[in-house]
Amino acid sequence: MTDIKFLVKRNIKMFFKDKGLFFTSLITPFILLVLYSTFLSNVYKSSFVENLPKGFKVADSLINGLVGGQLIGSLLAVSCITVAFCSNMLMVQDKFNGARDDFRITPVKSSHLALGYFLATLTCTFIICLFAMVAGLIYIACIGWYITATDILMLILTLFIMVIFGTSLSSVINFFLSSQGQISAVGSLVSSVYGFICGAYMPISTFSDGLQKVISFLPGTYGTSLIKQNALRGVFEEMSKTHFPSKEIEMIKDSIDYNLYFFDNKVSTLSMYAIISGFSIAMLLLYILMNKFSKKTK
Amino acid sequence: MNAIEVKNLKKYFGEVKAVDDISLKVKQGELFAFLGLNGAGKSTTISIICGALKKDEGKVFVNGFDIDTDIDKIKNDIGIVFQGSALDKPLSVLENLRSRAALYGISGKEFDERMTKINEMFELEQVLKRPYGKLSGGQKRRVDFARALIHNPKILILDEPTTGLDPQSRIMVWNTVDKLRKERGLTVFLTTHYMEEAAEADFVVILDSGKTVAEGTPNFLKEKYSSDSVKVYNDVEKETLKQRNLDFTEENGYINIKAKNIAEAKKIIIENADIFDDFEIIKGKMDDVFLNATGKALQGGDE
Ligand SMILES: Nc1ncnc2c1ncn2[C@@H]1O[C@H](COP(=O)(O)OP(=O)(O)O)[C@@H](O)[C@H]1O
Ligand SMILES: [Mg+2]
Repeated sequence: MTDIKFLVKRNIKMFFKDKGLFFTSLITPFILLVLYSTFLSNVYKSSFVENLPKGFKVADSLINGLVGGQLIGSLLAVSCITVAFCSNMLMVQDKFNGARDDFRITPVKSSHLALGYFLATLTCTFIICLFAMVAGLIYIACIGWYITATDILMLILTLFIMVIFGTSLSSVINFFLSSQGQISAVGSLVSSVYGFICGAYMPISTFSDGLQKVISFLPGTYGTSLIKQNALRGVFEEMSKTHFPSKEIEMIKDSIDYNLYFFDNKVSTLSMYAIISGFSIAMLLLYILMNKFSKKTK
Repeated sequence: MNAIEVKNLKKYFGEVKAVDDISLKVKQGELFAFLGLNGAGKSTTISIICGALKKDEGKVFVNGFDIDTDIDKIKNDIGIVFQGSALDKPLSVLENLRSRAALYGISGKEFDERMTKINEMFELEQVLKRPYGKLSGGQKRRVDFARALIHNPKILILDEPTTGLDPQSRIMVWNTVDKLRKERGLTVFLTTHYMEEAAEADFVVILDSGKTVAEGTPNFLKEKYSSDSVKVYNDVEKETLKQRNLDFTEENGYINIKAKNIAEAKKIIIENADIFDDFEIIKGKMDDVFLNATGKALQGGDE
């Protein structure tokens, strides 16, 4: 077991000290922050105000809280996946820079190696996501705070599940990569595409019907929604308290992916958790099987 | 018992026959040299012996253990200095050694004790805290040796340990190898494309395109694959040499006459004493061995 401990330590240090891995992992979250600070937050704000029932007044802090919640939701949903992918690229990098050979000449078990990469990716991704969460919460505290301690705990828990999701997904995919070219290709594909399909750049509700249906089959979609639910629960509760029409609230929830539909059926929060967890477990089993299988054939 | 025994080893990468039916034996305590050009199959053979690569066919035994059944015992007996560096460049020397030692089950106090000894031997004190990637070529090599010996192996495999190093570091590598063999009785398996390194070995196997083309002690190889020669510096009639059936070539300022061995060289001089006034006998060199065994020239110097 000590070997796993040292492998995890080594992999975590490698991630934070390897400029290529670390900074690449921050690109997508950074792009998202830039998008929000330049125009997304204004777009959301004005579309919210325009759609208000006539004569209805809403406190600025509530609007800000709504927009801030969307930011934190998008930011965390994207980070869980893209950071995990980048961090897990160490697994690939080790194959061509000699480290894997150096491991293979030791008596260490290949399952321990695999577990070492998995746990390190999990840890690195979770650390970065927690940092992003704290930064996001500080931002929200400055502009409009409607979050309770329970919300934060639930947010952390959801984040953790999403990090497991990102880690197991990236483990399965990165398993097949073996060159620098493939790292760049998959890395940039994931960073550019994932922000879109999980609804971080634009809410899924703004996509065409067909695209929405396709995306509803992707488990990651529900992760974005879950994070948004935890970040925005307080905002909507406050809206109800201020006698906001509940029909209106549901409309807003639909428009920002707080609610998601699978072929017109609203997906419950519990189902979302089940989908994400189930998919993660499936990926994890697949990863274990792949490691077992490849050991026999190689 | 042989330290390493390889029987009919084969490894193909698609069309490329990297290792094509190689057999060899390395005796305990021996300095064994594997000589061949780039792409001859040296690294591939080594990777298979130490368990980093699966073979296609053949048998490999290390200290009597079969690689197919007892690979973990074998791994504890072998230390290897890779051709390219295999350590983590962003991490410090100490972090590197600590994480690799843990993979052999060495940590805590045991690791500290090993480190003290390794430190003394390779004088690493100055570089322990520095990132491996920032070290000079010679310093890196010292750390590579430390990594290879961290678990006290009985066999040390060196894959072109001096290629790309400055002359001073090369000498350092050789002194280290000498010291390790004297003090610990290590078996050393060395690959190289430098003849002068192979000439120091107890036994040499010459490899070309995945096949063994010659093997033996350096003396044996010299006897077999290089010829002695007589150099004549005074003017001689070429016609006379032809009439006397001498195998000669004209060089810049002298005439070179080939002889199978010293005895023949002596005979040539005695029989032609009437026309040779200024001459010397040149003993065959290891450099000729590779050329004559493979038909290819070894590249000299660095790549
Ligand atoms: N992983 C690999 N995939 C494909 N070909 C390889 C691989 N490793 C080595 N080769 C090929 O096998 C041959 C022997 O390589 P190698 O053992 O590295 O030679 P050497 O160490 O003697 O320079 C070369 O032709 C090389 O291109
Ligand atoms: Mg080589």
